[in-house]
Amino acid sequence: MRSVVKKYTMVLALVVVFLFFTALTGGKLLLAQNISNLLLQNAYVLIMACGMLLCILTGGNVDLSVGATLCLSAALAAKSLEAGMNPMLAVLIAIGAALVIGVIQGYLVGYVHIPPFICTLAGMFLYRGLARVVLDSKTISISNEKFLNLFTSYIMFPGEKMKHCTSALIIGIIIAALIAVLMIGNRAKKVKQGYQAESFAFMIAKLIIIDALIIIYSWKLSQYKGIPVMLLWILVIVLIFAFITSSTVFGRYFYAVGGNEKATKLSGIDPRRVYFWAYFLMSILAGLSGLLVAARIGSVDGNMGNTYEMDAIASCFIGGASAYGGSGSVSGIMVGAILLGVINQGMSIYGLPDQWQYVVKGLVLIIAVVFDVVSNKKAGKS
Amino acid sequence: MEDYILEMKNITKLYPGVKALDNVNLKVQRGEIHALVGENGAGKSTLMNVLSGTIPYGQYTGDIVYNGEICKFNNIHDSEKLGIVIIHQELALIPEMTIAENMFLGNERKNKFGKINWNETYQQASENMKRVGLKEQSSVLIKDIGTGKQQLVEIAKALSKNVKLLILDEPTSSLNEEDSQMLLDMLIGFKNEGMTAIIITHKLNEVAYVADKITVVRDGSTIETMDNADHNIDEERIIKGMVGRELSNRYPEREHHISEEVLFEAKNWTVYHPIYTEKRIVNNVSFKVHKGEIVGFSGLQGAGRTEMAMSLFGKSYGSHISGQEFINGKEVHLKDVRDAIDNGLAYATEDRKTNGLILSDTIAKNTTMARMEKIANKQGIIDIAKENKIAEDYAKAMKTKTPSVQQNVGNLSGGNQQKVLLSKWMFAEPNVLFLDEPSRGIDVGAKYEIYCIMNDMVKEGKTVVMISSELPELLGMCDRIYIMNEGNIVGEMDAKDATQEKIMSAILSSKDKGGSI
Repeated sequence: MRSVVKKYTMVLALVVVFLFFTALTGGKLLLAQNISNLLLQNAYVLIMACGMLLCILTGGNVDLSVGATLCLSAALAAKSLEAGMNPMLAVLIAIGAALVIGVIQGYLVGYVHIPPFICTLAGMFLYRGLARVVLDSKTISISNEKFLNLFTSYIMFPGEKMKHCTSALIIGIIIAALIAVLMIGNRAKKVKQGYQAESFAFMIAKLIIIDALIIIYSWKLSQYKGIPVMLLWILVIVLIFAFITSSTVFGRYFYAVGGNEKATKLSGIDPRRVYFWAYFLMSILAGLSGLLVAARIGSVDGNMGNTYEMDAIASCFIGGASAYGGSGSVSGIMVGAILLGVINQGMSIYGLPDQWQYVVKGLVLIIAVVFDVVSNKKAGKS
Repeated sequence: MEDYILEMKNITKLYPGVKALDNVNLKVQRGEIHALVGENGAGKSTLMNVLSGTIPYGQYTGDIVYNGEICKFNNIHDSEKLGIVIIHQELALIPEMTIAENMFLGNERKNKFGKINWNETYQQASENMKRVGLKEQSSVLIKDIGTGKQQLVEIAKALSKNVKLLILDEPTSSLNEEDSQMLLDMLIGFKNEGMTAIIITHKLNEVAYVADKITVVRDGSTIETMDNADHNIDEERIIKGMVGRELSNRYPEREHHISEEVLFEAKNWTVYHPIYTEKRIVNNVSFKVHKGEIVGFSGLQGAGRTEMAMSLFGKSYGSHISGQEFINGKEVHLKDVRDAIDNGLAYATEDRKTNGLILSDTIAKNTTMARMEKIANKQGIIDIAKENKIAEDYAKAMKTKTPSVQQNVGNLSGGNQQKVLLSKWMFAEPNVLFLDEPSRGIDVGAKYEIYCIMNDMVKEGKTVVMISSELPELLGMCDRIYIMNEGNIVGEMDAKDATQEKIMSAILSSKDKGGSI
């Protein structure tokens, strides 16, 4: 029981925080619109946290430049659209810029051995400045329908109404059923092959909670415009990164380098390549997030993405990624990101002044990391 | 009337599973130079750590009597206050600071508000440096002077602490002949001024030259103390004391099936230091290993054995590597570790925590780390069930004691960690396995099991190259032994003909010639 509590501490914390803010806001947090917006408003955090996790895994390193990269990519997209370019071309230009940034930073960190902190700090100034150059220090609004639809539309079947998108609920139920089949099947396979598996009752309990959440969430979505396209973007990225980190040789490399770089090198893995990929993928995700945020806000200015890097970093650490590298999971940091999102949204709805919001966020971060370090010490890890 | 400055009485120090010191007694007279000799791991350094307070009072049993009083040191500051100063083998100097800053590090010349008086600092540093014959400016950076002079700075630093009892751990191991001689003469000079010194060293000619008394430490116990007042003790006499233990059957029996076929060969292998690229670490070494053979490399710490093995293993150490490497009679040019693994080499490090294992990862993940492609499909997707199964099979075969292979390696004992390290390299399926100090820091039972694993490997027609500082282990396990010293192979003998005395004197006689670098 104790190990279960320990493993799911952050999930429990999320539940407690959620209930707290629900009570505090008189249930406003539960409104369909707010539930729908919770993930969309934090799309950039969820996506960039995936890349940030790779950086942090390599040894507690972070990428400070992602907020600026995000701004530059958004600025390029907005400028291209303003010039009347094809929206697909605008997307390619924005992602292309992120790709170039990724190659440069990956190369500098991995092969030239520039400390990541310094390299990305320089990048933070550099790309922010370039973004303002591109924008000519103005705000550019985006009105291209095609571009906006690519990121901000809602999936609606013909004949559906905004307030009653049954399709969302149906898809939610299908996904819930799929997860049930997968989980039961997996456990059966484990038992058959004689591996350790969690108890049947525990699995069923877990399954019921997960499925219930999915169905409630999709029911809420069905009451407010249906399934947002942005949610699909988030899911695709998160699932890809969850798969990479948990099930591929490539993903294993990030943990290995952060766990013990020397031993990794002596096992025939090139740490330089690993660093390169971490910072390369991080920049690509920042570029993509730039497009999402630009489309959601509908305009781009030179301050866009300010301190977004801190949100991504904080999510990772709240979600249990080790500040020394080598451990952390995508599922964990998603919980961290959502926790941060709930706190943000809850405080906004409640109307807590901005200055106090910072105080609360800071406290949450330090408590989470202290908790992680202390509990690891007790478990005898170094 | 004998005047003892220091008496250590019945000192016992336990580490989990190992008795590092067992009822040690040591008496040091005021104004003498006392040498501690013994094999690597005999307990000399542990004993000095107890004396200096690095191992605090309470973590050992027994008494330290210094100047007639029982001392209870909690840390190194307590012992330094009484004038006991230890200089470690690895110098504790900060390269980017000046000589003077280093000399007063932690002991700064300052006023009561904490402002450092730099004039006084540099002035006093210069005075101390004069006493050890250093002519440099005290404002020179440590990284800009040679190792020999750095050693002198350490001694000057000790002098600044008003030292009464100076402990030197292998002070000459990184010095050339000339610097060593100078350092020893300086010690004799300090002795004549009334200072007492304890010196730990492997170099027996130095012991004979400088020491008044010699205490032999073996397996955590003090064996005997010899008098060397006239400085002409027979080195053979010391060696006998150092290695004089009986070999019982601590090594599993093995049928020797050594084929004529040479599986691995190195020719004229030369390696330079990775940073100090003019310093030669391995010098023109040639050796061969046959199928089904266990070959040992004997030598003192710093003989270049680890560096040789690592440089052969895909250039994972050193610079300006030259020479030829043959596997199965074919010359190979291994460009990196990946290449070496793919060509059937493996190197299990002497330092499993730093270079071998990921302590924060599970046994399963560590086991498969060197050849992950064996548990993944072509797209690089890992079959986790297969990985766990393999890890469990290895844990069973190696008798690794753990509740499950999902356990983090950091939670295992040293012996079990070593077994995971071996599993990792067995899983890589090498034909030639370099084992660097495979039994370091593990208990007798685990040692025996690791020896059995080595025997199984050679039975399959593979070869094992074992680097070990424990002579009995080499004699018990190997078919043939190469002896290295200062980067050179200075001897080769069949294990049948070899004795500990022969190996020791091969090393020492090469030393007396001053090495050939």
